[in-house]
Amino acid sequence: MHLVIIGNGITGVTAAQTVRRLQPAARITLVSDESEHHYSRTALMYVYMGHLRYQDIKPYEDWFWKENRLELVHGTATALDADQHQVQLSTGQTISYDNLLLATGSVSRRAGWPGQDLLGVQGLYGLPDLAQMERDTQGISRGVVVGGGLIGVELAEMLHTRRIAATVLVRDQHYWGSVLPPEEAELVDKQFRQHDVDVRYRTELREILGDTDGRVRAIVTSQGEELPCQWVGLGIGVTPNLSLAQSSTVETDRGILVNELLQTNLPDVYAAGDCAQHRQPGAGEVPIEQLWYTGRMQGETVAHTICGRPTPYRRGVWFNSAKFFNLEYQTYGQVPARTPTDIESFYWQHPTGNCALRINFAPTPMML
Amino acid sequence: MEVTSDHSFALAQAPLPVTDAKEKATLAAVALGLLALLGAAFDDDGERARLSMYVALGLISGGTLAWAWYKFGQGEAGVKQNNLWLRASTSRGAIAWVTGLVLTGFYVLLYWFPQYLENLIRTLDPFSQALRNRAADQWFLYGTFYTLAVLLMGGRALWKYRHSRYQLIRTLSVMFFQLGFAFLLPGLLLFFQQPEFYFSYFWPLKYDYLFPGGVADLVKNGGLGVFMVFWGAIMSLVATPILTYFYGKRWYCSWVCGCGGLAETAGDPYRHLSDKSRAAWRWEVRLVYPILALIVLITVLLWVNQLYGSFLGEIGNSLNKFYGFAIGAVFSGVVGVGFYPIMGNRVWCRFGCPMAAYLGLLQKHFSRFRITTNGGQCISCGNCSNVCEMGIDVKQYAQRGEPIIRASCVGCGMCSTACPRGVLNLENAPERVGIKHRNSFTPIRCGY
Repeated sequence: MHLVIIGNGITGVTAAQTVRRLQPAARITLVSDESEHHYSRTALMYVYMGHLRYQDIKPYEDWFWKENRLELVHGTATALDADQHQVQLSTGQTISYDNLLLATGSVSRRAGWPGQDLLGVQGLYGLPDLAQMERDTQGISRGVVVGGGLIGVELAEMLHTRRIAATVLVRDQHYWGSVLPPEEAELVDKQFRQHDVDVRYRTELREILGDTDGRVRAIVTSQGEELPCQWVGLGIGVTPNLSLAQSSTVETDRGILVNELLQTNLPDVYAAGDCAQHRQPGAGEVPIEQLWYTGRMQGETVAHTICGRPTPYRRGVWFNSAKFFNLEYQTYGQVPARTPTDIESFYWQHPTGNCALRINFAPTPMML
Repeated sequence: MEVTSDHSFALAQAPLPVTDAKEKATLAAVALGLLALLGAAFDDDGERARLSMYVALGLISGGTLAWAWYKFGQGEAGVKQNNLWLRASTSRGAIAWVTGLVLTGFYVLLYWFPQYLENLIRTLDPFSQALRNRAADQWFLYGTFYTLAVLLMGGRALWKYRHSRYQLIRTLSVMFFQLGFAFLLPGLLLFFQQPEFYFSYFWPLKYDYLFPGGVADLVKNGGLGVFMVFWGAIMSLVATPILTYFYGKRWYCSWVCGCGGLAETAGDPYRHLSDKSRAAWRWEVRLVYPILALIVLITVLLWVNQLYGSFLGEIGNSLNKFYGFAIGAVFSGVVGVGFYPIMGNRVWCRFGCPMAAYLGLLQKHFSRFRITTNGGQCISCGNCSNVCEMGIDVKQYAQRGEPIIRASCVGCGMCSTACPRGVLNLENAPERVGIKHRNSFTPIRCGY
């Protein structure tokens, strides 16, 4: 069996490792145009801040791939021919597969703002973004970050370590309004204040203004205020990377459509991780999951199906974690921003305001 | 934009971190102190040299503490690693090489050319007289500098890691053992005409404590000497396995030992420099276990000679001399500390220390201590591996959700302190499912 995996992120690599374990004889090829070796996307910020070097965020040493007979191809998959079971590469090479896993990840979302293609406007998703940020933030005095989510706070922290003044535009009335209850959001806001980050709530980006060289010189907020800045970081989320999928007859919506076995509409073609959209997500679950953890779980699950052990993807208990400057955050189970009426919430906060615990529970045994 | 390969993947050079005027002032005080020290070393006028020495110690101490407070003592507590790999001093840049050369040079003088340190040694005579009732020698000079380094940089560690109670207590512990057990107490023993004994160093690190000659020297001193022999033997052969069973190697290596004390304090800025590669690990096991075997062999040979007449001739003594030079002086001193800024702060502990090897074997096979990992929350960021001074690639365990049971782990807990997602936890409580499960552990994958 020759498994070809497009993408060497956490989903593709986890699938490759799992297939290697389940089918020691399988031939496995990983194709990536982003980096020669797998690296931890979530650790990009630490390279910028000088905590780590690029080689430190590679989860495996370079000998790992050869010793586990994982063939690495560095190039862009440009076309997929499902009838011939072939993938065309930018290098001119054609690879035949028995099974194909699309784990192409995401691209940063842009909302169609005027000026969004100016120099100095970017998201933070991959290595090229890191290189761009390194280049475009040198010697600047102010950056504006758009988005009150996980990437937004990371970008603000990164700028802070370079002593670049940061302004963060947050659409909601408090930080990460779709996820965090107000008390927790206040703890994060305190971190912003302690690190001199200027956060504008209920504020969106209207327009990015450029200078004569096509570089960012300012932004205009939804309130009409013009803020001078030399760099704009976009942290409003990511959207599935469909560039290969759209070259083929694979069905897509926002993402590549998959059933619960993570199969696409094409025979022997699977999709998993950020780029996959579940046709029938579980109750209370979103159709597109864009987390490191879900990528890993989907990669492990799809490997079983590929190896002839059909395994439906079941995410199980929700969990996630993050770190906001010095504030560590972990969550297990559903703790929504607004507590449902049939659920009670216990919230404790340390007097210093640096530490809190919330437990949501059903006050009486629920009738099922 | 396409990145063509890891090797050609080059980020634009990050700007050099800014050192502001206040930080420069504190560093200038330290630099002036070092100049005054140099002055003392080259001044044959005893009175003036002593004055120079006092000025030097004052400036170095004040400057270091002021710098440490300025860098780490202010603002909110938390992990402070910014620019670690960008600063020349902590990323094998020019400053690091100069620091390494100066440290190495100092050790060379100390071991083989102490005559060049004579002026410095004499400046400490009044202090030595007061503490030990005798003139200073090069080892007293060394002990003074060493203890000062542990205390001053211990202050830095206390500020830097003040958000972690474990790190606070552990740092205070190494400061206490260095000052009390490795400096003041041996000095006081000399004051009272007793053998200069270090209650915090044991065979096989302090190998002569269980050599026939060492034992004989101590026993000569009567009751206290006999107790010292007894203490050394009990600590090495009975207490070490018991304490290691309950707490792991850390009870010694990162809480008590003086080498560990220096590494955890003065060496803390260099902890990330230890090589995490598999190749480095192979060197580690090739070196540290043979060194343990060698010192055990030497000890046995010397005792055989002692008990059965010297039918082995001089082989035991020759080996002992070789060991003292190659391992005791060159490895533990010159390389062990001199190479801090290049190879990390635990070169000796990791590649050379026979005590660490002995404790490591116990830790791996007969100990409750382990670092458990909540693999579900691991993001493979590599911060844990980065701060591991023993060169363990911690993330290999964390990302698989496996507990870490490694001979070399000194239990400093920095991986846990640095982890942004709360994945790692040091534990030594009895395991509920019995000791066996450590070998048949299946990774936890939250969500399954």
